[in-house]
Amino acid sequence: MPYKLQFEKRVEDIPKWLPAATSLGSVVIAFIVSGIILKLIGGEPLRVAKFFYEATFGSWATFSDTMVKATPLILVGLACTIAFKMKLWNIGAEGQFYMGAFFASTVVLVPLVPLDSPKVVVIGAMALMGLIGGAVWGFFPGYLKARFNLNEIITTLMLNYIAVFWNNFWIFDRWSDAGFQMTPVFEKSAWLPRITDYAREYGDFIAAGGPLANFLSSIGLDRISGMTLHGGVAFGVVAAVIVWWMLARSSWGYEIKLIGDNPKAARYAGLNITRNIVLVMMVSGALAGLAGMAEISGVVHRLQERISPGYGFTGIIVAWLAKLNPFAVIIVSILFGALIVAGREIQPSGLSQLLQGIILFMVISSDVLLRYKIRLVRSQAVTEAA
Amino acid sequence: MNPIIILHAGLATGTILLFAAIGEIFAERSGILNLGVEGMMLLGAMAGFSTSLATQNVWLGLLVAILAGGVLSLAHGLVTIHFQADQVVSGLSLTFLGTGLALVFGEGLTGQTPPLVPSFDIPLLASIPFIGPVFFEDHSLLVYVGYIFAPLCWYFINRTRPGMHLRAVGEKPEAADTMGINVYRLRYLYVFVGGCLAGLAGATISLSVSPGWYSSQTTSGQGWIAVGLVIFAQWDPLRAALGGYLFGALRRGILDLQGPSVLLGFTNPLYINSNYGFFLQMMPYVLTILALMLGSRAATRKRLGAPAALGVPYIRGERGL
Repeated sequence: MPYKLQFEKRVEDIPKWLPAATSLGSVVIAFIVSGIILKLIGGEPLRVAKFFYEATFGSWATFSDTMVKATPLILVGLACTIAFKMKLWNIGAEGQFYMGAFFASTVVLVPLVPLDSPKVVVIGAMALMGLIGGAVWGFFPGYLKARFNLNEIITTLMLNYIAVFWNNFWIFDRWSDAGFQMTPVFEKSAWLPRITDYAREYGDFIAAGGPLANFLSSIGLDRISGMTLHGGVAFGVVAAVIVWWMLARSSWGYEIKLIGDNPKAARYAGLNITRNIVLVMMVSGALAGLAGMAEISGVVHRLQERISPGYGFTGIIVAWLAKLNPFAVIIVSILFGALIVAGREIQPSGLSQLLQGIILFMVISSDVLLRYKIRLVRSQAVTEAA
Repeated sequence: MNPIIILHAGLATGTILLFAAIGEIFAERSGILNLGVEGMMLLGAMAGFSTSLATQNVWLGLLVAILAGGVLSLAHGLVTIHFQADQVVSGLSLTFLGTGLALVFGEGLTGQTPPLVPSFDIPLLASIPFIGPVFFEDHSLLVYVGYIFAPLCWYFINRTRPGMHLRAVGEKPEAADTMGINVYRLRYLYVFVGGCLAGLAGATISLSVSPGWYSSQTTSGQGWIAVGLVIFAQWDPLRAALGGYLFGALRRGILDLQGPSVLLGFTNPLYINSNYGFFLQMMPYVLTILALMLGSRAATRKRLGAPAALGVPYIRGERGL
C-alpha cells in the first residue's frame, strides 16, 4: 500500500469545536448506517425518516410529545453524567428510576401526607421521596464498592432487575386496582401541572387578542389543549443548572473530577475516596429517582408496569454523547426523546435501540480523533528516506 | 422439590453461563474487558434460532450463532484495541448494538419452532444411581460438551504455550511484546473467541435449554450474570463452570419452592399467594451480588486478582504510567 494512516498524539489543546463536531458527526453517521440496515431488510429509509420528523418535530403538539419523553432522559442523563465524571459506571439508573417512582407513590398510596393538601405540598413530598428512593438504590452499590470493592456495573445492573420485581409485587398485590396490574389513579393533587391543564385560560387569552396573542397564533400556537408536557421538565432544567454548577464551580465537583481522572493523585491529596464513591452514587441515584417520580406524577398518574422504556439505559448514551456536559445533556435528550416517540410507531420495533447502539459506538470511536491527529501519509516515501 | 430434577435443570441452565463466562475469561485474560456479553448472547440466540428455522439445520444454526457473536465482538476489539476507547463504555454500547440488531432481525420469530439441539442419554453412565439421572440422562448435547470444554480450557490457559502467551498479554503486555508476541493480534483473537462463546451461550438458550425467541426476554440479564460469574470464579474456567452449575441449580430450586402447599411443616405462603413469587424471581440477582461479596473477600484473602493489564489499552512503543 502506498498510503497508510498515521496516528499522531495531540500535544496542543483540542480545538473547542471538535468534541461537538464529533458528536454531531456520530449521530449523522449512525442515521446513515441505520438507513442502510433498514434498506437491507427491505424497509424504506427515506419514508421512515420523513415519518420520524413529522412524528417528533412536525408540529407543536408532536414537539410536546418529544419533550415529554425528553424530560426523564434529562434527569437520567444528568444522573449518569455526575457518576461518569468520577468514572463510576452507574448502569443502575433504570432501577433507581423505578425505586424513585415507588417511593413517590407511597406519598399518595399510604398516604404520607393528607391528599387534600395543596398541590405544592403533595408534589413536594413526592419529589422528596423520589429523590430518597433513588438515593437508597444508589447507596447499595456505592457502599458495596467502597466497602467490598464490588464492581458497581454488576451490582447496579442486578439491582435494576430487583427493583422491577419489587415494583411488580406492589402493583400486582398490595396496591392492585381491582386486580389490574396497576395502582388506582392518583388524586389530582398529585399530578404535576401540564400545559393542557391551562388550555381554557390560554384560549381566552388568545381570543382577547393583543400583540403577544397575535404573535403566538401566527407561529401556530393558537391552542394548547392536548399538549401533555408537564412540570417535570422544569426539574430537569433546574437540575442541569445545579449539576453544572456543582461540577464546574464547586470544590466538590473538582474532587469528583480529580478522583475520576487520577485516583492515585486524589489519594495522595488526602481526598476521601470511599465517602465520595457512596455520595456520588447517591446523588446520581437521586436524580434518576426524581425522573421516576416525574414520570408517574406527570405522565401516567399511577404506578404500573413498564413505566420506563429503558430510560435508564438511554441516559447512559445521552450522557456520553453530551460529553458529560450538563447543558448538552438537555439537547441530546430532546433528540433521544424524539427517537423514543418515533420508535413507538416505527417497525421493526428494535430499530431505535439499534440506532442508539450505533450512535454510542460512533461516539466512542470518534473519541480517538480527540486524542490523535490522523494523517494519510505515503508509506513508500518513509521507507525510501530511511 | 426433587433434588434430581433441580440438579438436572441446574446443569442445563448452568451450561449457558458456563459458555458465556469462559468466553469472557478468555477476553479478560488477554486484557480486554468486554461487557457486551448480554448483547452478543442475544444476537447469537437470534442468529442461531433464525438460521436453524430457515435451513432446518440446527448445526448450521449453532455455527451462525457462534460467528454472529464473534463478528459483533470484533467491533469491540477494533474500538478498544486500535482506537483505545474506554472498554467499559464500548462494552455497554456493544450490548445496545447487539440487542438492537437482534430485535430488528428477530422480528416475527416468536412462536416458531426450528429443529433443536438433540438430547440423549449416555449409555452405561446413565444407569449409575443418582449420578446417572443428574449428569448423564436426557441432557442436550451442549451440556455434555460443557463437561469436557471447561477442563480443556483450564488446561489450555494454565498448561500450554499459547495459554501462557495469553496470560502474558493480559498481565504484562510490554514483556510479551519483547518476547515477540503480537499483543494486538492475540487480543483480537481472544476477544473474538469470547464473542464466539457468548454467541454459543445464546444459542444454548434459544436452541436447547429454553427453546424459542422471546425478544430481549430470551437472555433476561444472563449475560450480565456471566460477567459477574467471571469475577466470582477469579478468571478460572473450572470455577466458572462450577459456579454456573451451582447458580443454575439454586435458581431452579428457588423457583420450585412455589410447588408444595406445606413447607417444613408450615403453610407455604408462596402456594397461597403467587405474587410472593416476585421475591423468588429477585433471587438470582440477589445471589449474584452475594456471590460477588463472598468472592471478593476470598480474593482479598488469597491476594487473587484480575489480570494486571485488564482494561488498560496497550500502545506499542509507549510506556504506561
